Amino acid sequence: MCTVCGCGEGEVRVEGVDKARGQKHDHGHGHGHGHGHHHHDHQHVHDDGHQHHHHGDDGTLDYGAGEAGAAVPGMSRGRMIQLEHDILAKNNSYAAENRNFFANHGILALNLVSSPGSGKTALLVKTIELLGDRLKSYVVEGDQQTSADAERIRATGAPAIQINTGKGCHLDGHMVGHAVEHLAPEDGSVVFIENVGNLVCPAAFDLGEAHKVAILSVTEGEDKPLKYPDMFAASDLVLVNKTDLLPYLDFDIEAAIANARKINPAIKVLQVSAKSGEGMDAWIAWLAAARAMALAGHPLGTAAE
Amino acid sequence: MHEMSICESILGVLKDQARAQKFDKVKRVCVEIGPLSGVEIEALRFGFDVVMRGSLAEEAILDIIETPAKAWCFSCGKDIVLTERYDPCPDCGSHQLQVTGGEELRIKELEVN
Repeated sequence: MCTVCGCGEGEVRVEGVDKARGQKHDHGHGHGHGHGHHHHDHQHVHDDGHQHHHHGDDGTLDYGAGEAGAAVPGMSRGRMIQLEHDILAKNNSYAAENRNFFANHGILALNLVSSPGSGKTALLVKTIELLGDRLKSYVVEGDQQTSADAERIRATGAPAIQINTGKGCHLDGHMVGHAVEHLAPEDGSVVFIENVGNLVCPAAFDLGEAHKVAILSVTEGEDKPLKYPDMFAASDLVLVNKTDLLPYLDFDIEAAIANARKINPAIKVLQVSAKSGEGMDAWIAWLAAARAMALAGHPLGTAAE
Repeated sequence: MHEMSICESILGVLKDQARAQKFDKVKRVCVEIGPLSGVEIEALRFGFDVVMRGSLAEEAILDIIETPAKAWCFSCGKDIVLTERYDPCPDCGSHQLQVTGGEELRIKELEVN
């Protein structure tokens, strides 16, 4: 079991490695029992000196199995250890590596978060079409199961890689690091990370992205920002999607925006319809601006204009 | 739902610390959790028991210190205490708040032997 993601044993799969890069290599990513090994080609920070964490099988000082046998009667003497250790420190260190990679390559990385069914994938497909040749796009797709979404993205011509989290409810920095390694995005590109449809858990896990973008469709309630405040607090932009349906619904868009601003006064809101294309120009403009920020300090940034 | 992975992260820290600080049993884990950390304390307790089973912290007690959610109000310039993210300033009603505390998710100390 992965100590970072805490997902079920043998559950995390990265699909589309070959398809994403158009080359053949077999990673056997099954996470079998006994030696549940994520293949690690990129460098991680390991404070315990070994090169790869083997997901709990290192056995050096883990007395878990034979705890009773290891205990010495009459020797129970408690010792206090002050830690002040951030529980998510490990995830954050993976995220920091990812962020560093993106910065060094002038890549804009966005973490798209929403409920299931908000239209994230349709929005991405439309976005990639609109970006066309202007900006090279890559996609990391997170879902519990199936590679359906990655297939939809690949149909646009953009390289996509699917991460199946199994029982996991969110992507984490570790998984994204692997996915990006396989995607090998070119300098100055944009990497869209489509998180697992879930407005709760992904808020807590930094992936190394520049911005979280929350997608809220008008078929959901306008009180959603209040119901899931953590996600809206963590996001920099809200895309209110499916605005083509507004005439048929009682959705109060002003109330939805006001609710999002109660949580996060600085949050930016754009109204879009991936279906009709309405408002997509503003989203593309936002992407261009965010990309310019990602390129600042990168050689491509000065060469581009 | 991600409380299980939070517990897995805690166990990971305990294992790392066991190696570094030479202990083999954890008796008590004291964590600081803020109301804005996104963690449900009951779910965390449940997950803790499940995840620690068969580990060096199998019998460990989980102590939770709940920290207050605090914010600074841009409108009236005061430090205030919140219960939820969307609470307005109790003095002036403004939502222009900068959260200054309550997102803690930290292992504070361990009792080991």
